[in-house]
Amino acid sequence: MIADDTPFPRPRSRSLRRRRVPYLLLTPAAVWLGVFLVLPLAMLLYTSLQSGSLLGGGFRFTWAFSNYQEAISANLRYFARSLTYATVVTIACLALAYPMMYWIAFYGGRWKSSLLLLILLPFFVSFVIRTVQWSFILADRGIIIGPLKNAGLVPQDFRVLATPIAVIAGMTYNFLPFTALPLYVSLERIDKHLVEAAKDLYSSRWKAFRHVVVPLSLPGVFAAFLLTFVPATGDYVNAAVLGGTNTTMIGNIIQDRFLIQNAYNEAAALAAVLMIGMFLLVFIYARALGTEDVVRSAVQ
Amino acid sequence: MERMGDRSKTWPRYTRRQVIRGASLGLAGLSLSGLLEACSRQASPAAGAETFDWASQKKTGHMVFANWPYYIDKKKVDGQVTHPSLDAFTEATGTQVEYLEIIEDYASFFGKIEPQLRAGASTGYDTIVMGYPRWFPTMLALDYLLPLDETLLPNFEKYAADAYKNPPYDPSPRHGVAFASGATGIGYNPDLTGREITSVKDLFDPAFKGMVGMFNDTEDTPNLTLLGMGVEPSTSTPDDWSKAADLLTHQRDSGVVRKYYGQGYISELEAGNIALTMAWSPDIHQANLSGYEHLKFVVPEEGGLLWTDYLCIPKGAQDPLDAIAWLDFVYKPETAAMITSWLGAISPVPAAQDILSNTGFAAEAESPLVFPDAATYQRLHPYRSLAPTEQQAWDDVFLPVVEGG
Repeated sequence: MIADDTPFPRPRSRSLRRRRVPYLLLTPAAVWLGVFLVLPLAMLLYTSLQSGSLLGGGFRFTWAFSNYQEAISANLRYFARSLTYATVVTIACLALAYPMMYWIAFYGGRWKSSLLLLILLPFFVSFVIRTVQWSFILADRGIIIGPLKNAGLVPQDFRVLATPIAVIAGMTYNFLPFTALPLYVSLERIDKHLVEAAKDLYSSRWKAFRHVVVPLSLPGVFAAFLLTFVPATGDYVNAAVLGGTNTTMIGNIIQDRFLIQNAYNEAAALAAVLMIGMFLLVFIYARALGTEDVVRSAVQ
Repeated sequence: MERMGDRSKTWPRYTRRQVIRGASLGLAGLSLSGLLEACSRQASPAAGAETFDWASQKKTGHMVFANWPYYIDKKKVDGQVTHPSLDAFTEATGTQVEYLEIIEDYASFFGKIEPQLRAGASTGYDTIVMGYPRWFPTMLALDYLLPLDETLLPNFEKYAADAYKNPPYDPSPRHGVAFASGATGIGYNPDLTGREITSVKDLFDPAFKGMVGMFNDTEDTPNLTLLGMGVEPSTSTPDDWSKAADLLTHQRDSGVVRKYYGQGYISELEAGNIALTMAWSPDIHQANLSGYEHLKFVVPEEGGLLWTDYLCIPKGAQDPLDAIAWLDFVYKPETAAMITSWLGAISPVPAAQDILSNTGFAAEAESPLVFPDAATYQRLHPYRSLAPTEQQAWDDVFLPVVEGG
């Protein structure tokens, strides 16, 4: 190397130092991820391959892959329900958030920040507390359903709580900001002149929206999908607070296995299946509909 | 590694391997293999535990007490919430109590402290509340509790009701003293049921479709159902279990059950979302005191269940002498009266009854669900105790029920 032949050591050390800079900058994040992500994940996988029970002499690491087989076969319907609910919730969130964010981004003017704040304001309160509040609002004899019943508009045994509707509605409410913010960011970045240009070229408002705004906002839709669908699949709070006897989700099962049954290995296997499954889904989704491809196909 | 020194106080004996294990836990971020080893450690054998050296302990003047919210007497003085029983304890012994209302349900609390206990570390608590049927015996089986020195419990010896002196699941030396007991029965709202509730069968009545609450655990729900079938839970067979599970499944799938509840059932009963529900007697008592006088509690004619919450000292506790002094102080009739006046749960101290009736708590003093007579105790049954081998079979039968369709 040239640096070795030069009588001046300074440039060499400077270039070395410069080469080291990216790694130094990465170190805090790498250590953080190592300690708080990689290590717990390793623990999770390790635990998931243990056999035994807490009271039956403790757990032993035995490469117990059968945990996975049992975890999947015994809980298929809960996995299926979680995926179904999460799909419905994601679609509902997108349908609700897209028009709202479109309006704020394009017509919000100087009120943009205030309007965004209005959407986010309720979410400054704890997730669980807000969910519990809904169980008061939606109570069978509460402030909404009580008057409806008294007016004879719904039958006396009508209820919203303890039904799948309540769980899906609760999740939609809770995950809305995770859908809204990425949508807003991508819609806000769209150059408004492009829409004007489309109209100049005799495009209708709808066509301009369909062929200009929608394709350009797709990266936001993609991010919104990820940020909504993934946590919604693992959610258990809404099912626990607002659900009934037929709304148990996989998150509730994992919680039960871990805390009630102390079957740490089964719980870990279930969590690993959920995580790997979500990862694969997202990976396939990203590969099949990689955002750039989506944009290209939508434009054509 | 300052914890190691502390731990030696109440973890009486530890081997070199355990020390290494503790050290590796302390260095969790650096030593993956040590951590993995610590986590795969087996439950310690029960035998070596019964030799705790109380004599060499020193009073520290400090104690950390972990309890449920609303589970001790409370008083507002100048806008400040105080706990008269704890204040009296501090006055009598000089021990300051750090009182933490952090147990929101036993399962999560156990999940939180179990890793420390398993690793032989201190949980940071000196006194905790753990309940029979499930978690107190679990802590016992795992040998996570300090054996108590009877000579340090003079008030317990003197004032505890016989029923609480020798629970079959905690033979000598005892590892806990009863804090409060209660009955599992049926709570109901007569306005909504339209009739008095008397039987476990009422919980299964299709007339109450969608208005019945059941518990989401695998103790109360199965055991009460067994009682309803006329089967004594403690001698029930796997055959009885599957019959009970069939009944429960039918009850669920025909829409009678609204939901399997944890703590949340009481607010649902208050709100009128459910008309009748499995219930713990002190909850209905407290609801009656807080504006829901119309709610009723009944021990069904087939019988109810008797549960008990225990005060116990987890291993690794750093102030064991102060803690055991509190365990004993609870058994002074004056203290028991203070606590019982607030909880409305069954008191293990019969002598508190006179104090209560003389201090304006006649309702509590006369309630058979605070000071049960022999006939009431007769109607409250123990739960099915399960050997580890049976537990799996039991869970396999009943978990699918309460986890829902």
